[in-house]
Amino acid sequence: MGLFDLFRSRPKNTASVAAERLRIIVMQERSADGRGSPDYLPMMRREILEVIRKYVNVDPEAIDIHVTREGEGEVLELSVALPEKTSPPVAG
Amino acid sequence: MTEIIVVTSGKGGVGKTTSSASLAVGLARRGKKVAVIDFDVGLRNLDLIMGCERRVVYDFVNVIQGECTLKQALIKDKRIDTLYVLAASQTRDKDALSKEGVERVLSELAEDGFDYVICDSPAGIEKGASLAMYFADRAIVVVNPEVSSVRDSDRILGLLASKTRRAEQGGSGVEQHLLLTRYNPERVANGDMMGVNDVKEILGIEVLGVIPESAGVLTASNSGVPVILDEASDAGQAYADAVARLCGEERPMRFVDAQKKGLLARIFGS
Repeated sequence: MGLFDLFRSRPKNTASVAAERLRIIVMQERSADGRGSPDYLPMMRREILEVIRKYVNVDPEAIDIHVTREGEGEVLELSVALPEKTSPPVAG
Repeated sequence: MTEIIVVTSGKGGVGKTTSSASLAVGLARRGKKVAVIDFDVGLRNLDLIMGCERRVVYDFVNVIQGECTLKQALIKDKRIDTLYVLAASQTRDKDALSKEGVERVLSELAEDGFDYVICDSPAGIEKGASLAMYFADRAIVVVNPEVSSVRDSDRILGLLASKTRRAEQGGSGVEQHLLLTRYNPERVANGDMMGVNDVKEILGIEVLGVIPESAGVLTASNSGVPVILDEASDAGQAYADAVARLCGEERPMRFVDAQKKGLLARIFGS
């Protein structure tokens, strides 16, 4: 990196984006072919989504799942982007 | 006791044949009797990387189909006495390899006192790849620090854990190692490439070695000399380290950290 590069905006760290995407896809594919840890994950994801949708009308795409490793344990982080104006719950 | 090692990856072009050739040479250089077999029927290339393409008379499929003896088909390396190459056939018949045939060749190699048989797998998850891994005691999964290669490697890990003789027998299964190739420490330092720890954590298996991206790999294949024999090249040294680890020795990982640039280089760029 030269002097002039300092003034350019640094692009996002794509390596960490890659690692993050792979953590998710590898976990999903491992559970799909019955390997390793939680095969309840896709079902849990669906059920959590259903519960949230009882109260807030969120788009299924607005759910983001991250798995990170902290020390020995894994942390499952689920973030839901709520719509700007709260829509009334779906009837029924 | 013969150990069967498969060198596999799922994705093509990541360095399976380069790695098979260098690992075979490295083990043979340590006095082990080694056979390296090309399982890529129809797309033979190990002979070129080993530099013995003009000496191929009979191939793996000829042996399996009883058209010659195993002894006739094994090509003795000109550099190392204890190293033999078994070339793939260039036939277009996809079913030329059979499980029984492969098993027969492997057990004959065991009877002949080979210490190691390296199975150079084709890319993909078709018959050639599944036969290359089926009888393995150990698997070396070659992976580039790149999304599609890492994902495909994980598919291969799944197959190793289910579609191999050791998996079917229960017990401890196939011992698995990662071999990272085309590693570029500068790009890792810049955040443009996943690091060895990222890949290791995602796939959850131990790393046997990290081979840096190196001009030496191409010049080695150009001349048919496995890169491990180029002792001046960083890739060659990294393969030698990986072979040592395979033999149970401890070696620190080299070539994983970016070279520190001098002040002038940092100011003016490189």
